[in-house]
Amino acid sequence: MSDEIKDEKPKKPKVPRQPMPEQDAHKRARNFEEVTTGYTEEQALLEASRCIQCKKPLCTTGCPVGIDIKSFIGLISEKNYLGALGKIKESSLLPAVCGRVCPQEMQCENVCIVGKKNEPVAIGRLERFVADYQGKHGGGDLPKCAPSTGKKVAVVGAGPSGLTAAFDLTVLGHKVTVFEALHKAGGVLVYGIPEFRLPKAIVEREVKVLEAMGVEIKLNYVIGKIKTIDQLMQEDGYDAVYVCNGAGLPWFMGVPGENLNGVFSANEFLTRSNLMKAFDFPNYETPIKKFKNVAVVGGGNVAMDAVRTALRLGAENAYIVYRRSKDELPARAEEIEHAGHEGVKFQLLTAPVRVIGNDEGWVSGMECLQMELGEPDDSGRRRPVAKKGSEFVMELDAVIVSIGTSSNPLLFQTTPGLGQTKKGYIEVESEESCRTTKKGVFAGGDIVTGAATVILAMGAGRNAAKNIDKYLKDGEWWSKENA
Amino acid sequence: MHEILKKTVWSDQVPRITEFVLDAPEIARAHQAGQFVIIINGETGERIPLTIAAKDAEKGTISILFQEVGASTMMLGQMNEGDKLMHVAGPLGKPTHVEKFGTVVCIGGGVGIAPVHPIAQAMKAAGNRVISILGARNKDLLIYEDYMRAASHEVRITTDDGSYHKKGFVTDELKGMIEVEKIPIDLVVVIGPPIMMKFVCKVTEPHKIQTFASLNTIMVDGTGMCGACRVTVGGQTKFVCVDGPEFDGHQVDYDEMMARQRQYLPEEKLAVDICKKKMCHSA
Ligand SMILES: Cc1cc2nc3c(=O)[nH]c(=O)nc-3n(C[C@H](O)[C@H](O)[C@H](O)COP(=O)(O)OP(=O)(O)OC[C@H]3O[C@@H](n4cnc5c(N)ncnc54)[C@H](O)[C@@H]3O)c2cc1C
Ligand code: FES
Repeated sequence: MSDEIKDEKPKKPKVPRQPMPEQDAHKRARNFEEVTTGYTEEQALLEASRCIQCKKPLCTTGCPVGIDIKSFIGLISEKNYLGALGKIKESSLLPAVCGRVCPQEMQCENVCIVGKKNEPVAIGRLERFVADYQGKHGGGDLPKCAPSTGKKVAVVGAGPSGLTAAFDLTVLGHKVTVFEALHKAGGVLVYGIPEFRLPKAIVEREVKVLEAMGVEIKLNYVIGKIKTIDQLMQEDGYDAVYVCNGAGLPWFMGVPGENLNGVFSANEFLTRSNLMKAFDFPNYETPIKKFKNVAVVGGGNVAMDAVRTALRLGAENAYIVYRRSKDELPARAEEIEHAGHEGVKFQLLTAPVRVIGNDEGWVSGMECLQMELGEPDDSGRRRPVAKKGSEFVMELDAVIVSIGTSSNPLLFQTTPGLGQTKKGYIEVESEESCRTTKKGVFAGGDIVTGAATVILAMGAGRNAAKNIDKYLKDGEWWSKENA
Repeated sequence: MHEILKKTVWSDQVPRITEFVLDAPEIARAHQAGQFVIIINGETGERIPLTIAAKDAEKGTISILFQEVGASTMMLGQMNEGDKLMHVAGPLGKPTHVEKFGTVVCIGGGVGIAPVHPIAQAMKAAGNRVISILGARNKDLLIYEDYMRAASHEVRITTDDGSYHKKGFVTDELKGMIEVEKIPIDLVVVIGPPIMMKFVCKVTEPHKIQTFASLNTIMVDGTGMCGACRVTVGGQTKFVCVDGPEFDGHQVDYDEMMARQRQYLPEEKLAVDICKKKMCHSA
């Protein structure tokens, strides 16, 4: 094709990136319904038409699990939505979840070639569209499972990592039992991420699919308490165990006043609201406090979820208190934007020094220091440094601490031979193999990487399933000495 | 699902004290003295932590005992033999540190007598001389007397109003044992209302008698994931559900703990009012 002809070719009218329909910001800031309502079919087709079907697409390289993005978008353009979903499911078990919660702007959409000159293709929204399409219209069969191998695998923890591993292992013909400490399966997807961002019905649907495939999910089983991992293998006959119990232990700041009434971990606040549905108290029996002036300390997804939950419970002033600047906020871009529209106030470059209480032991304020950004630290982000004499007090009646989580020590205490890293996570040969220092025991997800993302936890579940299958066939293990 | 095999109403006074024997074979097998379960009653229920008061590993049963003080426990009290509890998770928490100490005094106040029972049993089985002190507001509210007699070498009882045995508090009895009777005591284990545990510790501290207190804080998950149960012990924040429930009683900040326990009083009151209305309607 000569250049002349190319120039003469009428240019396709440029379709702009399709905006995500959402509830009005004022209205949604007071309800728990989903913020975004999802693309219509027309929008999805328009957005799919923006994909230029690159010969060498970069988007797939930006996806932690390598979804064949180009093909699934091509199938959307052909209106073959279930085909598109099938394409995604070749690499990811939970598209309805990941379409909603993945940080696409740092992954696939960050490297999208259309995005070099224009706005990138809205890959996440399209992923969500096909998953919701199936949710609404049905269709798509249960996956075919290989004939039974007679092998039994125990999965500890029913978060995204465990659910993914259970799915893959069942397809491979192994009998899987998932042990979950809480009374609902889903991990962070049910106790952490709020309904307004991820409707729980979606997670329930995925769990039902697993059960229909023959996965047994045992709720209220805290492994290490009711049974140890050794008991699972020696007494109950499990041939391998996949440990994916998350990184759920909340950190507190270690500042004075942190045990005052009105100070919560984000995990507590969110668990009450999401898992226990305390936002609907007293129809649900678990209570939650409704505060007027709430500060959430932290800047990640968890912090955004907590602050927006506080707002929905009726807070007049809901603040994010974060010690770096807006550019460093680790939360998904969309969540920060939504929070801002809903009226969340960002108290940036601010670090708490102590929580102040009243005579009855309740929070009345928080003393903070102003920060400025200094030299970059190990993470490459500029280190916040306190400004001398910049102390000031925020008047508050609640402080929600959301500065991260670490690993629960329980399984280490009860599992001899399970190695632990310096940071307290489970030691593995590699994140690829998921093999721990204990023969037959694999680990992945947040308990290996530290708090990360749903898609990485799912990817780990995939890797684990592949390696467990191999181990069940050849019985080979590694040793640290030879590694 | 866990069937209620037996229901016993220990006291019909308001608030009622009720015991369920539950079918829970795996929990019964794993249970050690001092551990608790979290139960949820129904789709809209809350997670209620209750200490295991007794177990029969062979029959595969555990006993839980509760006072109907809140809406959730009132509704729990409406359940009957043959009904099934939706969720029971456990055993949770660290078991009591049991070894041969010598003379162990096990103190239970009110419904706290029930959770002290398996500890007394275990201490006796480990070769200790077990003296138990049971305290109740009045005779009718005293529970588990026979069980405690079987689990102890000696039982002493106090009631606030003097309606049964000695009039007074468990602390009076303990003080008498230490200061008047001069009984050498190697360990005290106490479970009851926080104020009682605080004062028991005040009695034992000057005599340097090691004292375990089992704390009953507010909990949500009971697995170490939320920190709702946190207390200050020896200046450090601890999670009762995973680091406890038992701690060195002399190190516990009881005042902070009591303040934290009052967090949801207004909500609880509201829930109780609604619950009472509902029960009137259904009655
Ligand atoms: C509030 C919040 C918001 C988030 N938002 C996002 C987001 O927008 N995008 C994103 O990509 N990621 C987000 N994340 C992170 C993401 O949810 C996690 O990285 C992911 O869920 C980790 O999956 P997992 O399967 O490893 O562990 P989890 O999801 O933590 O699941 C572990 C499960 O194991 C259970 N368990 C623990 N101990 C035991 C035991 N001893 N026995 C049995 N079961 C046990 C737990 O109860 C839990 O159900 C968020 C996290 C939180 C808390
Ligand atoms: S109850 Fe949640 S950490 Fe103890």
